[in-house]
Amino acid sequence: MSSPEYSSAPEFNSRLERRRAFSTIFKNSCAILSWLSIGVLGFLLVHIFSSGWEWISFDFIKNAPSRMPHKAGLFSALMGTIWIIFTTAAIAIPVGVSSALYLEEYAKKNRLNSFIEINISNLAGVPSIVYGILGLTLFVRLMKLGPSVLSGALTLSLLILPVIIIASREAIKAVPNSIRLSAFALGATQFQTVFHHVLPAAMPGIMTGVILALSRAIGETAPILMVGAVAYVSRAPHGIMDGFTALPIQIYNWAREAKVEFEGLAAGGIIVLLLVLFMMNSVAILIRNKTQKAQS
Amino acid sequence: MTEVVAATFRQKTKKSKLVEKGVRWGIFLCALASVLTTFGIIFVLAKEAIPFFREVSLVDFLFGTKWNALILPRSFGVLPLLMGTMLIVIGAGLIALPVGLASAIYLSEFASQRVRKTVKPVLEILAGIPTVVYGYFALTGITPILKSFNDEIPVFNALSASIVVAVMILPMVASLCDDALKAVPRSLRDGGYALGSTKTEVSLKIVVPAALSGIVASFVLAFSRAIGETMAVTLAAGGTPKMTLNPLESIQTMTAYIVQVATGDIEHGSISYHSLYAVGGLLFLITLAANLLSYKILKKYREEYE
Repeated sequence: MSSPEYSSAPEFNSRLERRRAFSTIFKNSCAILSWLSIGVLGFLLVHIFSSGWEWISFDFIKNAPSRMPHKAGLFSALMGTIWIIFTTAAIAIPVGVSSALYLEEYAKKNRLNSFIEINISNLAGVPSIVYGILGLTLFVRLMKLGPSVLSGALTLSLLILPVIIIASREAIKAVPNSIRLSAFALGATQFQTVFHHVLPAAMPGIMTGVILALSRAIGETAPILMVGAVAYVSRAPHGIMDGFTALPIQIYNWAREAKVEFEGLAAGGIIVLLLVLFMMNSVAILIRNKTQKAQS
Repeated sequence: MTEVVAATFRQKTKKSKLVEKGVRWGIFLCALASVLTTFGIIFVLAKEAIPFFREVSLVDFLFGTKWNALILPRSFGVLPLLMGTMLIVIGAGLIALPVGLASAIYLSEFASQRVRKTVKPVLEILAGIPTVVYGYFALTGITPILKSFNDEIPVFNALSASIVVAVMILPMVASLCDDALKAVPRSLRDGGYALGSTKTEVSLKIVVPAALSGIVASFVLAFSRAIGETMAVTLAAGGTPKMTLNPLESIQTMTAYIVQVATGDIEHGSISYHSLYAVGGLLFLITLAANLLSYKILKKYREEYE
């Protein structure tokens, strides 16, 4: 029983085979391209660890930078980074979390507030070097703070502020409305509701966002290079008005040197920097997992 | 008795009203800090660029083909710096956009849950690595490989910088495209399958077109990110402003020039020093325009499927 409709079947079948073959080829090439990123990460890590690992030692951590590669260390850079990060945290966390609370809990829908919102998302896209220009001109020169820890921290605070605000808003948004309503029902003022109930409930989410933002600040090089972190600061800062150097700056300076030994030193510095970042991110992930379990 | 209670209560509410007001204003001022940042950036760039534009006309700046800011005879045509930046951006885009989109299609349409759980964190790690590390990687990891193909490639070259910038923007493209593809409702795919399409046909002819606005927006954001990238290009691409389209040459980008002036011994207040702000202002305007464009694309062309 052959009907004319079926006469095209062989042709259809051969086209189907072609289509299926193309589908497989496409799928596999997409797969290869996405595994490529793992390959790149692997190559990068192997490259850095193979040239930097031999430089990692106790002396490397506790020595000051030096012209002689075998005596050089990154103590002052490590301390500079610690100073910078704590100062940045002290400035950026209160301001960022308050902004997020304002936008989520207090702000009415009006022109000013939507302008603030658009402005924040725009700031998140401004290149970090532009913040460096701002810091150099405003903090270092106009406010005469000099190339100090404070100037660097203020600059980095402005840089990570949008990140903290956006993350905190997400966390505050996730607090169920019933908590607010029950607080109000018991006669709490808005201040009491927000600061005694909403903020504590949003805290884990905020902390995760803050840690990720701070770990971004640790790796930022261009802005603090602009405000004048100097290469050969041999002692750790003793106050927020002291000059400083930081891990990424030290890496940058070593990477620019022509001598091969400095290449190894730069790789060693990168290993230390990556370890610091790895620890901070682990803490953030721990907090996230813990609260996810508690909530489910 | 009741009167005493009432009085303390009234006093308390008066006090708490004061607290209420204080807090409201306090956190409002914090929210204003971000607005002040924007104004600060614009103010600083404008104020310090004015002395520059008193001596160099805007036309000479924008269309001049020679940038010689630090040694005599000076010349301030920004095109070589702009071209250097574009060389990096286009090179990075040619690598990162197709690879990023392909990864996103694979992750969202083909990959199993287990593969997603491996690849996504890797992309996050790549996104979290500081840019100075990528600069080091370009200089000591990629350039030697390029040199092994062709020994005449200089140590500082645009190609190796482009490659690492591509690695840097790849996670962003992949994850934003993945989000866009994921937002396409299942019913559209099922419609395609019901008509007998293969998985690839559904992905390329239905899902990707439906998510096009998100994909294009992510491309524009990646472009803006690549323009502002500083440390990798400062370390790897060199410091010679040049009008060239050859990626194997040493060039200088706008960002690298800014770093060079700010960290060098340029006399504060000289025209070379002020040129930093003219270049910075141009950089700021280009990235701002790109960010706004991406926002507009998302707003205007988003397909609503609810």
